Amino acid sequence: MGKWSRRAFITTGVLTGGALVLGVAIRPGNRAKKVKDLIAGDDETVLNIWLKIDKDNIVTVVVPHAEMGQGVHTTLPMMLADEMDADWTKVRILEAPGNKEYANYSMAKGFILGPRDIPSILMGTVDGFFLTATKHLNIQVTGGSGSVRFTGMFAMRVAGAAARAVLLQAASEQWEIPKEELVVKNSTISHLASDRRALFSDFAAKAANLSQPAKPRLKSSEEFTLMGTSPQRFDIPSKVDGTANFGIDVVLPNMKYAAIKASPVFGVKVKPLANEAIKDMPGVHKVVNLEGAVAVIADGYWLAKNAIDSLPITFETSANDAVEQSDIYDRYLRDMDTAIAEGNEEKDVKKGNIAAVFKEATNVVEAEYRVPYLAHATMEPMNCTALVKENSCEIWVGSQNPLGFANSVAEALDIDRKEVLVHNQFLGGGFGRRSVPDVAVQAALIAKKVDYPVKLIWSREEDIRQDHYREANVSRFKAALDSKGMIAAWNNQFVFKNEPEEAPHIPYGIDNQFIHYTNSETHVPWGYWRSVDSSMHAFFTESFMDELAFKANKDPYQFRREHLTNAPRYLKVLDMAAEKSNWGEALPANWGRGISLHQSFGTIVAQVTEIELVEDKLRVHRVVCAADPGFAFHPDGFKAQMESGIIFGLTAALYGEITIENGAVKQSNFHDYQMLRMDESPKIETFIITSDNFPGGAGEPSTPGIAPALTNAIFNASGIRIRELPVKNHELKADSKILG
Amino acid sequence: MKLNINNTIHEVVVNPATPLLWVIREQLGLNGTKFGCGIGQCGACTVHLEGTPIRSCLTPVQTVEGKAITTIEGIATGTTKLHAVQIAWIEEQIPQCGYCQSGQIMSAHALLTNNLSPTDKDIDEAMSGNICRCGTYPRVRKGIKRAAEILEASLSKKDTDHGEME
Repeated sequence: MGKWSRRAFITTGVLTGGALVLGVAIRPGNRAKKVKDLIAGDDETVLNIWLKIDKDNIVTVVVPHAEMGQGVHTTLPMMLADEMDADWTKVRILEAPGNKEYANYSMAKGFILGPRDIPSILMGTVDGFFLTATKHLNIQVTGGSGSVRFTGMFAMRVAGAAARAVLLQAASEQWEIPKEELVVKNSTISHLASDRRALFSDFAAKAANLSQPAKPRLKSSEEFTLMGTSPQRFDIPSKVDGTANFGIDVVLPNMKYAAIKASPVFGVKVKPLANEAIKDMPGVHKVVNLEGAVAVIADGYWLAKNAIDSLPITFETSANDAVEQSDIYDRYLRDMDTAIAEGNEEKDVKKGNIAAVFKEATNVVEAEYRVPYLAHATMEPMNCTALVKENSCEIWVGSQNPLGFANSVAEALDIDRKEVLVHNQFLGGGFGRRSVPDVAVQAALIAKKVDYPVKLIWSREEDIRQDHYREANVSRFKAALDSKGMIAAWNNQFVFKNEPEEAPHIPYGIDNQFIHYTNSETHVPWGYWRSVDSSMHAFFTESFMDELAFKANKDPYQFRREHLTNAPRYLKVLDMAAEKSNWGEALPANWGRGISLHQSFGTIVAQVTEIELVEDKLRVHRVVCAADPGFAFHPDGFKAQMESGIIFGLTAALYGEITIENGAVKQSNFHDYQMLRMDESPKIETFIITSDNFPGGAGEPSTPGIAPALTNAIFNASGIRIRELPVKNHELKADSKILG
Repeated sequence: MKLNINNTIHEVVVNPATPLLWVIREQLGLNGTKFGCGIGQCGACTVHLEGTPIRSCLTPVQTVEGKAITTIEGIATGTTKLHAVQIAWIEEQIPQCGYCQSGQIMSAHALLTNNLSPTDKDIDEAMSGNICRCGTYPRVRKGIKRAAEILEASLSKKDTDHGEME
């Protein structure tokens, strides 16, 4: 065996102190020993870094992702338990501690490699490479709709199957019966012929001395017993009786509370501060100047908030003090024009020769679309509790990226990274916002000034004004239709490119395409926002497809179909949405239907929206959503995520708008950053298509397509084409029938 | 100051202008009631005052002294551990992140106390003060209807029991 082979094995071992360990590590070396102290209690055996078995035969699955409502604390254990043939009623969940041992390498591997299968012989090398890369990045990320796709597929299922394999082998050796004669089911191993039956826990000691290849056989979908079913989620009971612990609920001895006010214009320093106004306020302890923000520590949050509101805080001037939203758009347009004039656009997709087509074209269509900045507005305002000692720090926070938080805190405090311990809590909404460590760094810097723990809570106003925003953007299109009404050329230019890479790409068969972008500087902080770039590109591309269908005098659904002849998977999803929504059937007066199709995070989603215009009021009655995620591991959870993503996207499409005024965010709370409510919530019907392609995500893919499905429906009902979101800024009129 | 919360009298020493929310959370350690916006726009802080849903983030504690206040921790009564709304919330698998759900449940509970067969319009009116960023509205609507069934069934069972006793 070569050098790689050692790393290609899932390693096992025995711990000191008599504890029995079946260490199944799916990275090089045996990690079980290192993490034992973090996750195992008395009488427990660390089975591997993803699971442990105690003496009562309880299998505890260690999940390296945060629960933020997406059900990952249930679905990932299901994937492991199914491969292991564990008894679901005896499966428990433990969220992995914020520790480097859990650096999320299966996730990084998924992002970089995609669904390609890794040859067994390369496993060690590949793992070693990605492990290094991941640890270097300090990520233990919950995002990118990747928990099931990457941790589930690369870690959970493999670990469950490997555990099953070593337990089976142990039983076989102990009973001296060939493995083939043994039955593994519900956390027991039995031999029917000799009527023998024993629990997984009975074989843990022996299994500890066995090694298994890193690629144990995984079940085919016909063999699944848990995957593809919808057991109740583990996290829900605590969320109906008030006992769920979110970051904001952390209570520590001697803890005090802090409120904060940061510079409204991003990144500007606080001027020297006069503290007299709050000096004599009872219960108020300290003012902390954090350069770009001021914090007050008090006995209660309300006291701290009142105190900070009484402080005469002023900020230095900056070059951005006069920036208006229109300046940002003007700069975008200028930069876009310049890029074209100078021929230095960033090229994204270049196929065929659009110039040649446009030269001959007789039917050319152009359109420009805009979307505004968006805040996340998680229901739980940003918060973090910190206790800082001389060379160490503990933080309690709901984070999508606990290792990244620890790293940022260590850097801010100038202490060793290993001395920062993150206690991750339930997240009261993530949507990308809780991947940014800003609040944890603030909390640590504030707590550094005192010798007790401090819980820093942002007001909703801070939350809206100090976010990291989905960027405002402009997207321009020019297309040529041929004599048959087919798209002959597609030219698209927009600003910025983050991820997913394919967000601006279209599934439609168009021979001549040029998709390109330009960067443009702004002082507004950017952040991951549910579905990231897809949150705007689906609106851009699917609105423009609708405009082209109209110009080609074709039905928008049929027009899309005609361009999908080489994309059967997309076609199936589109057809399903059309069929289930009764596409083509007559609607009452002033009603309209709109359709959209978009792939993101590996899941293809088509949506049909039915709306009604009642005088100048818009009612969204129904959304039909067809989705192909390859396979839905927890179908009810998948549907819940589709519903969630649709309402999140619908909220943004109708109301979402962050405006820059005098360099700062104009909006401040839910009265001016409006949310969709119960009385506006449409009926949502979700249909899942199982294609057995590599699994796609669930948390994000339904968000992008709802905006165009909505605005296309408005066009269908009224002839009003909305090219700039949000819809609330447009005057809508029933039966205006401008059409064109 | 004496506060009657979940049928227990608590003695608290606090600035009388403090919003009830922060007294419940910080003084009494009942963390199920949540802070969402501080301006009565989101409903995360909903509690009952003499059975009526109120926004505790805007209610100075001095105005509720001695009155009956119920929080999410206090709605499970009788022999079953959970209230019908909570049971329905589990059956329908409603919460996602869960942060707004105490408020949703308190609003739904108040609706059902007065109306055991709420229409969609009734639900719209009673629930539109509660924001959910995870978009659980369609499931909340189903959950309220399911809870109404559970309550109806338990009431008719009580009636029958009562009848038998008589």
